[in-house]
Order: sequence, then structure tokens, then C-alpha cells
Amino acid sequence: MMDRYSKLQMVGIYFAITIFLIFILLPFFEMFMASLRPLEHLFRSPYQFWSDDFSFQAYRDMWVTVPLLGRYILNSIFIAGMVTGLTMIFVIPAAYAYARLEFPFKNLTLGIFLGVNMFTGAVLLIPLYRVLRTMGLLNTYWSMIVPGVAFLIPTGIWLLRSYLEKIPRELEEAAFVDGASRMYTLRRVVLPLAVPGLIVVGVAVFIGAYAQQFLFAITFNQQRELQPLPAGLFEFIGYQDVTWNQMMAAALVGVLPVMIIFLFLQKYLVAGLTAGAVKE
Amino acid sequence: MVDTAQAQLEAVRQQRARALPESVFAWLLIGPAMLFIAVIVAWPLAETIRLSFMEADLGGEQYVGLANYADLVDSRKFHQTIVRTFYWMFLSVSLKLILGLIGATLLNAAVPGRALFRVLVMPPWIIPIAIGCIGWLWLYNGYFGVLSGTMMQLGITDGPFEFLAHKQSAFYSAVVTDVWVGTPMVTLFFLAAMQGVPRDLYEAAYVDGASRWYRFRRITIPQIMPVIVSMSLLSAIFTFNSFEIIWILTEGGPRSATTTLIVDTYKTAISNFKFGEGSARAVVIVILLGTFSLIYLFFLNKVNKHYGSGKK
Repeated sequence: MMDRYSKLQMVGIYFAITIFLIFILLPFFEMFMASLRPLEHLFRSPYQFWSDDFSFQAYRDMWVTVPLLGRYILNSIFIAGMVTGLTMIFVIPAAYAYARLEFPFKNLTLGIFLGVNMFTGAVLLIPLYRVLRTMGLLNTYWSMIVPGVAFLIPTGIWLLRSYLEKIPRELEEAAFVDGASRMYTLRRVVLPLAVPGLIVVGVAVFIGAYAQQFLFAITFNQQRELQPLPAGLFEFIGYQDVTWNQMMAAALVGVLPVMIIFLFLQKYLVAGLTAGAVKE
Repeated sequence: MVDTAQAQLEAVRQQRARALPESVFAWLLIGPAMLFIAVIVAWPLAETIRLSFMEADLGGEQYVGLANYADLVDSRKFHQTIVRTFYWMFLSVSLKLILGLIGATLLNAAVPGRALFRVLVMPPWIIPIAIGCIGWLWLYNGYFGVLSGTMMQLGITDGPFEFLAHKQSAFYSAVVTDVWVGTPMVTLFFLAAMQGVPRDLYEAAYVDGASRWYRFRRITIPQIMPVIVSMSLLSAIFTFNSFEIIWILTEGGPRSATTTLIVDTYKTAISNFKFGEGSARAVVIVILLGTFSLIYLFFLNKVNKHYGSGKK
């Protein structure tokens, strides 16, 4: 009863949702339209919303203009995947410690971790460049993975900690009674229970890593074959002319794999975020 | 019963005593993450502070004391940049929170198709920021962007309007793009929090004849307050540090209209190779953000106490 809406309210809600979604999806629509326009049409004046010479030609040509495009798309996913894996390896034990254990300097160190959230790569680029050079990581995949991991660890700890806190303590105590070691308890009791939380945090970290590759890529990596998609896209800006339509086509096709994966995972993400909020 | 429970507790205690001490185990667990952060963030940060006292470029370094800071204190341009940055942050974060709250409320409404709407909100969050910005770059273009095109068709402007070419419009265009990038995440976290509000609260209020608006104001808002507060700090920090969006759209121009502190720092240090001056700016950012966060956390504590730290 409570959730019943009158006809007028329904119309209002759908109208508002439509406006909201137009704002969110407008750039994608615009990119799609631009990808259909033949290059010489792009600069035609006055502005035309639609004309007969629209075609999907750019989606074929883009692979020729930038031969490494496929590689860039995979690089993006590979880098984000590696960042996610490594971040989780660091985050899981640390988040468990903050959720369950008492130790000296607990609040201070947690504060330091969260303080890292205040920095972005852009502030620390010069010294970071030197550190990576000293470690011999410049112009490798690692030059884009390592900084990504560092800046995502705090967020990961923060998210996973609040999830782990909601798992009942009794199970761990029971394991203790049975003589399990601390490490065994963490691995065999806590982690299996935390799987939904791990998925949520993993997806959140992946999104963070996938969305923010551009800066590290253009600063720390000169090797073309290793570039992620956002950096690789700028190859469509040539010396002579910019093949805008192909660039737009490549951008849309490039994010498609991750969008599809995400489509399957989004249920868990929303559910996971919700579960984190419900279970006290 | 009591005896067995007692015995169990005793067993746990004994087991704990035999096992690795808790504090040692805890440090073993956080150690790797700590070490990693120390090398990749803390050390570069220390290096930044050191460089801020240097006149440093590609040629070498020379100690100049506080000269870099003195320059910043005297620079009117830098003062304007600070004001602009806070205005940028305030405007963008407010819009993200308002839109996020409206969006979450809409997506939480029990109407057919809401599962689909929830999916459609996410793309700006998932795709690389740089790619979303390319889309906006196109939208803002005077000759082939749909915005300018529509304005011409409707007769609002005579000719093409370049959104990014004028000081005012460039600034607000960048704000809109930043809001676009940030809103989906805020919306989803608010939505998750709203779904966590116990249903019986609403039902009780409904039975008492409370209107929808009253229920929103008196139940939803207080219940999700902790999430609102923590999301605003998080997005304030993100927005303050937002670099890629401005860099791709305008590179800080036209005539510095979109130059925030982070863009100024990057320009000085990376584009002009003035490492020392750039580092001084970076240190100013850290101090400003640190102060801001501490003040904010102080209020967060108060809010949490007021609302019982998010628990009922």
C-alpha cells in the first residue's frame, strides 16, 4: 500500500528519471552519433542532427588507423586486473587486522592509511618518477600497476574493514576452541564468509584502477605496445588530421568488454553495498 | 549451560595465550601494506617536501630555503587559484550530493524498470575518466557539438558557441563534467544506504499518516546521514584533486579560468620543469586538504554521535 503511486506521481517519477538518465547518457549518445558521421561531414555547417551519409565505416577503419587498438583495449583490462589482484593481497590481511584485532598504534596507522586518500598521483609525480626509475620499472607494465595499487590500498582497507566487522565473531571463537591457528582462522573461516564483501571491494578497486590509468600511463610509460586504452586513443590525433569519428568508435568499442563484464557483476555490487549497510 | 559457556571461554583464552600474540599478528598483517605505502607514497611525499625548499630543475638542485613559499604568498595569481579551487570543490560537491540524493530516491522508488535504470546510471563511473572527457569535449564543441547545435536551431545563439573558449562558460562546463563523473558513485552509495533503512520505520510512519515528504525528511535523511557525511568528504577530496577532467577539457585555460591547485602544480612541475616551485605547491595542497579533512572529521564525529554512529 505504502509503495503505491498515483498515475500522476508515476508520470512524475518517470519524467525525473528520464531527465537524470539523459544527463548521464548524453555523452555516450553524442560519441555514438559522432562515430557514425563521415569525417568530412563533421565540420559541415550549419549543424545537422541527422543526415543520410551516416555509416559504420569508422568501426572498420579504426583498426587500420591505429593497428595496436586491440592491444590497448586488452592492456587496459590487464593493468586494471593486476592492480586489483595485488591490491586485494595487501588489503585482505590489513582490513582483517583493523576489523578484529587490537594492537598498538591501531588508530594512528589507520589514520595514515586514510590520509593517503588525500593524495593523488598528480601531486607526487616527480618523486614517484624517480622512485620508479630507481627500481627500474619505467616503461614497463609495472610503472602503471605499482602506483595504482598504492593509491587504492587505503580505499580497499576502508571498504573491506567495515564489511568484515559485520561478520559474527562467534565463528572465529569456535575455530579457536577447536585449536585453529590465527592464520588458519583467517583463511578458512573468515575469508569464505567474506566472499560477497570481497567481490564488492574487488569490483570497486577494479573500477578505480580502470578509470584512472591515463595519468600514470602518459607519465611513466613511453612504450606504445604497453599503453592502456585512454592513452592509446590519443593516437587518433595525428599530425595531419584528427580522425574523430574513428576515435569515438574506438572509445565505445574499447569500453564494451568491461561494460559487459560489469553488467553481470552489477547485481552483486548493488547487493553487496546494500548488505554492508543492512547487517549491523 | 553456564558452566559449558564458561569452560569454552576459558578454552578460547588459553588458546589465545598459546597462539601468536595479537599485536604481533596484527602487525604482520598490516606490515606489507604499510611498507608498500611507505615506498610509493610516504617517501615521494618526503622527497616533495625536501624539493620544496630547493630551486630545482632538469639541471640540478640548489637550496633556497623558504623562497618558493615566499613567492606563493606574494603571488596574487596563486591566491586566486586557491579561491577558485575551493569554489570549484564546493560547487561540484554540492551538485553531486544533491543529484546523488535525487537520483538515489528516484532509483529507490518502487516502479517497474528500476533494475534497468540502476544499470544505466553506472557507465560514467565505470569507464576511464579520460574517455568520458573525450565525449564531453565533443559535446562542448561549437561547430559539431549537439549542445551548440541545438542552441543554434532554437535560435538562442546566432553562431557556434564554444563552451570551452570563454572564461565563465569553460569553468562551469568543467564543473558539469566533474559532476557527471562523480554523481553515479554518490548515487549508488546513497541508494545502498537507503535500502538499508529498516522498512518498519516507514510502515510505522505510514500508519501514523505521515506524508511521503515527511517520511523522506524525518526517516530517510537521518538514517542515511552517516553515509552522506562520509561521501561528502570523499567526494570533496576527489574533486579537489580532480586533474584529468580539467586537463583534457581545457588544460587549465582559457586564461587560467579553470586552473585549480592540482592543475597549477602539474603545469609548474611537469610542463615547465620547475620541480621546486611545483613541490611547494604540492605541499600547500597537502596542508590545505589535511586541515580541511581534520575540521571535517571533527564535525563527522559530532554528527555520528548525534545519530548514534549509524546504528539505530
